[in-house]
Amino acid sequence: MTDTSTTTPLVEIRNLSFARGDRMIFDGIDMDIERGKVTAIMGPSGTGKTTLLRLIGGQIKPLTGSIKVDGIEVTKLSRSALFQLRKRMGMLFQNGALLTDMNVFDNIAFPIREHTQLSEKMIRTLVTMKLQVVGLRGARNLMPSELSGGMARRVAMARAIALDPMMIMYDEPFTGQDPISLGVLVRLIRELNDTLGLTSIVVSHDIKEASSISDTIYLLSGGKVVAHGSSKALHESGSEWAKQFMNGLPDGPVPFHYPAIDYAEDLLAAGNK
Amino acid sequence: MLNFIQGLGHSGLTFFQRLGRAHILLGHIMAGLPSMLLRWPLIIQQLYYVGVLSVLIILVSGFFVGMVLGLQGYNILVDFGAEETLGVMVSLSLVRELGPVVAALLFAGRAGSALTAEIGLMKATEQLSAMEMMAIDPIRRVLTPRFLAGFISMPLLAAIFSAVGIIGGDFVGVGLLGVDEGAYWSQMQASVDLYDDILNGVIKSIVFGVVVTWIAVFEGYDAIPTSEGVSRATTRTVVHSSLAILGLDFILTAIMF
Repeated sequence: MTDTSTTTPLVEIRNLSFARGDRMIFDGIDMDIERGKVTAIMGPSGTGKTTLLRLIGGQIKPLTGSIKVDGIEVTKLSRSALFQLRKRMGMLFQNGALLTDMNVFDNIAFPIREHTQLSEKMIRTLVTMKLQVVGLRGARNLMPSELSGGMARRVAMARAIALDPMMIMYDEPFTGQDPISLGVLVRLIRELNDTLGLTSIVVSHDIKEASSISDTIYLLSGGKVVAHGSSKALHESGSEWAKQFMNGLPDGPVPFHYPAIDYAEDLLAAGNK
Repeated sequence: MLNFIQGLGHSGLTFFQRLGRAHILLGHIMAGLPSMLLRWPLIIQQLYYVGVLSVLIILVSGFFVGMVLGLQGYNILVDFGAEETLGVMVSLSLVRELGPVVAALLFAGRAGSALTAEIGLMKATEQLSAMEMMAIDPIRRVLTPRFLAGFISMPLLAAIFSAVGIIGGDFVGVGLLGVDEGAYWSQMQASVDLYDDILNGVIKSIVFGVVVTWIAVFEGYDAIPTSEGVSRATTRTVVHSSLAILGLDFILTAIMF
């Protein structure tokens, strides 16, 4: 590998805009996802965090701007070139998105069987290794409906690393987890990243968990990157918005009240009817 | 008035957009057929779900429809002293018309709705998205084998329906009402033509199989990914398939017979 390929960011987003109907989801954002690091993308619900992952994965096309993954411009790829690139990306969906008609083993073997001609013996070895990493070797014969939410996400993680990708994108991995499986997931994301030499993007609004494992955090709001930096830097940041979000304050730049006419006027208007 | 015209235009546009999407999807499915032909295990699995699991309802319905035909036909024919042609009446009604049509209607209710619900739920639970992110084309991997299974199963199910129906007619006509068994079968053999009757019936059932499965997989793939969206899509599959079967049946009958 040349020097530039190891020092440039794995994902480079420049001047990215995306709209859904009349609503601007992103309005000219820039972002760098460093190689080998865990980057968290945080922001309130509805800021388009998941949309950003879909844009990086090439599932949707932006209005303007460029997204480069490992130096390849995702927005201009043909379908087959995009599929080639996606073989090197793993993605963990919010609920795991396991194939419900297959058991745990077959779910993890699925991408291997589809993309390679390996023998069943080899596939068994590979899948067993992936299951061991997520601690679910004993659950290989269970069906997805028999798994708890946390287990389903761990199986999905094993599936995401089945083809040894260069990066994994996690879509809200911590939502609705009990404290124990939360701890397991947090540890796994960091461990997978470091032991397999991955680059991880974690989309989340769970401040504590996400900031505990991430090297860099991007805070999104209103279609813009409001702040970015290490977790410590953001906690100490002077930005009012970062302060409100990182400390979970109910009122601040994001107001508690939905925009409305003056309260007194509103009450009087009711009285006059 | 203006709202009415606007609404009419809107639903017209939606209809044609959906029709366009359905045709594009059919093109994608067709493009995946050659590579799918090499993956027999996938097709056999779907043949089981789509075809084999529909056999029971086809057997029972076919037998009852045949028995009713036997009963009604006997009552009509006996007035003319022509009850010996009962076999001809039962078999021609089944092979030309009722076999393909009723089997297709049952197929739409049993297998079509199941296909739509399955694909719709896969979409709602992001399984199709997950496949795309694993660089696997969900249309080729999920839709094409199901489409192919429907296409293969439908003519076979219609044939089973007709065969069982003829046995049902024999059971009532010969067994209970006393029509001569030799006459029942020999008149049938003499009057039913392999090409004019049976082959045309088979063509009908192939057309119905393609249309029903196409509607079912399209509705599932195009469903709004919520529980309400999937339930609506399932209903639409049954309604649209049934209408398409009856409409096409008229056109095909007019052309072929």
